[in-house]
This record gives sequence, structure tokens and C-alpha cells, in this order.
Amino acid sequence: MELIKEPWPWYVSGPCIAITMFLLLYFGRTFGMSSNLRTMCAIGGAGKYSEFFRFDWKSHRWNLIVVLGAVTGGFIAHFFLSNPIDMNLSAETVKDLNELGFKNAGNSLLPPELFAWENVLTLKGITILIVGGFLVGFGTRYAGGCTSGHAITGLSSLQLPSLVAVIGFFIGGLIMIHLIFPILF
Amino acid sequence: MKNFLKFFLVGIFFGIVLVKSEAVSWYRIYEMFKFQSFHMYGIIGTAVFTGIILLLIAKKKHLKTTQGTYLRVPLKDKGLIRYIAGGSIFGLGWALCGACPGPMYILVGTGVFSILIVIAATLVGTFVYGLLKRKLPH
Repeated sequence: MELIKEPWPWYVSGPCIAITMFLLLYFGRTFGMSSNLRTMCAIGGAGKYSEFFRFDWKSHRWNLIVVLGAVTGGFIAHFFLSNPIDMNLSAETVKDLNELGFKNAGNSLLPPELFAWENVLTLKGITILIVGGFLVGFGTRYAGGCTSGHAITGLSSLQLPSLVAVIGFFIGGLIMIHLIFPILF
Repeated sequence: MKNFLKFFLVGIFFGIVLVKSEAVSWYRIYEMFKFQSFHMYGIIGTAVFTGIILLLIAKKKHLKTTQGTYLRVPLKDKGLIRYIAGGSIFGLGWALCGACPGPMYILVGTGVFSILIVIAATLVGTFVYGLLKRKLPH
């Protein structure tokens, strides 16, 4: 039990993610988390505005059940299977974040500087979360997949479009962290 | 009901793995894009490596799904612009809020409810893509 409560090393976690993908393929489905965003839009009536949302979303309900499970798994892991969070981040990361104004990096899953309500409810705080979320939603649908669909499933099946998409993920991510973060924070 | 249960259990497993691996953490994503730790590369690398092996075995053994069809990965559409442009747009957002769609849902379970704002914004982003789809190069 103590072993479970410790953070899991990458060589355990990575294969477990592959097993998640494989199980969904074995059930005749596929591993793609951002597809759910399209399904949720369709359920909300977005089909009235674009044919992109006019599809048989009922056949995608299984994926929403996966999401429901993922939320539950997050709850179980965080509240019952974890020691108090003290991440073993690299010393340089902690130092760099400290210089950007992020204190106590690694003592929680998410930085309170961005996700604690008193910071969320400032103009800058809410703008960051909304813009970030918007880019994720727009970008994943444009690219036809996110980390699960492209980086894990697409690369595992050696698909070139997924490799291009993952290169894109890194272009965007590196621009954000190296060029935009120093302006933002 | 049986169907519900198997997908629910896979989801739970996925949620636990991503929390325990710290892949849901904003800090880990920052660290990855700074190339300051092997952790995230180790996770993605071993996931892809294991995935390749599992899919090769499935192909070799002509494994059938529970639906009775051969196990196959859906093929991505051909194209270039959509993958590089869409991917980069996603990457910007991923690095900014430190969460891709899977972790966003999982973080709700860990009690960080401000992530719901991010999720709401992803739905708006998806909706706007749906509106603009025909006008965008793919």
C-alpha cells in the first residue's frame, strides 16, 4: 500500500497508459479524450449552428462514461492513494518558477497562483484560464486529436499525421513557455 | 450495464494512473517544455513503446475485439496544415493551463474546481472550430 501511495515512476505509468489505450481498442473503440468535447457540444445543441456537430453522438456515449470514470479515478487517487503532494521536480524548474513568481512549486498538483479562487477571479487570472482552455478546445479539434489520440494512439500505430501533430504540440508548447511566459509572468 | 461498467473501470484506471504519475500536474508540463526532467518523456516514451508492442502482438495474433471485428486503430485523415497548425494551437493552450483534455477531467476529481472554467472554455473553442471548419485550411 505504501508503494501505491508514493508517486509512480515513469516506467510504470507509461505502460499503464498504453494498457488503457489497448483496452479501449479491444472493446472496439478508441482512446481519444478531446473527442468528448465535440460530443458535449453536440448534446448541448451545437448541431443547430454547424454540421460538424451533427453526428450520432449517442454512439459516443461510452467515451463520456470513460470521462466519468476518469473523474472518479482522479478522486480516488488523490484522496485515498496519495501521500501529501511533494513532487520531485528538478531543482532548476523550481528555481525558474520561483523567479517567475510561482512559490512552493511542487507542493500541490496545480499552482495556486493560477488555480486558487482568489487568483482565478482577477482579470489576468480568468483570462489565462479562458484563453488556455479555448486554445486547447480549438486546437485539438483542428488537429483531430490531443495527447491521447495523437501522441499515444497515433504514434503507437506509427501514423505520420500524428507525428506531425505532436511536433505541432511542441512548437506551441515551447513558444508558450520560452517566449510568452516571460512576458506574462 | 456491463458495458457501462467496463468503460467506467477503464476510466477509473486511467484517472488513477495520470494522478499517480503526476502527468496531471501543471508543474510537470512546464518542466517538460523546459527539458529539465526526463519524467514526462519517460511516461510518453514508454507508453508509445508499449503501445507499439501491444499493437504488433494484436496484429500478429489476429486479435478480435469484443465486438467481433479485428482490432484496428482508426486511421487519421491525410493532411498537413491541420496537424501542424491545430497541433501548435493546442500546444500553446496545453502549456498555458498545463492540462490537456484527459487531465482536465481528472483534475475535477482531485477537487480543483477552477479547472471547470478551463473545461468550459475548451467547449467554446471546440464550438468556434465547428463554426469555422469550412473556412480553415486542412
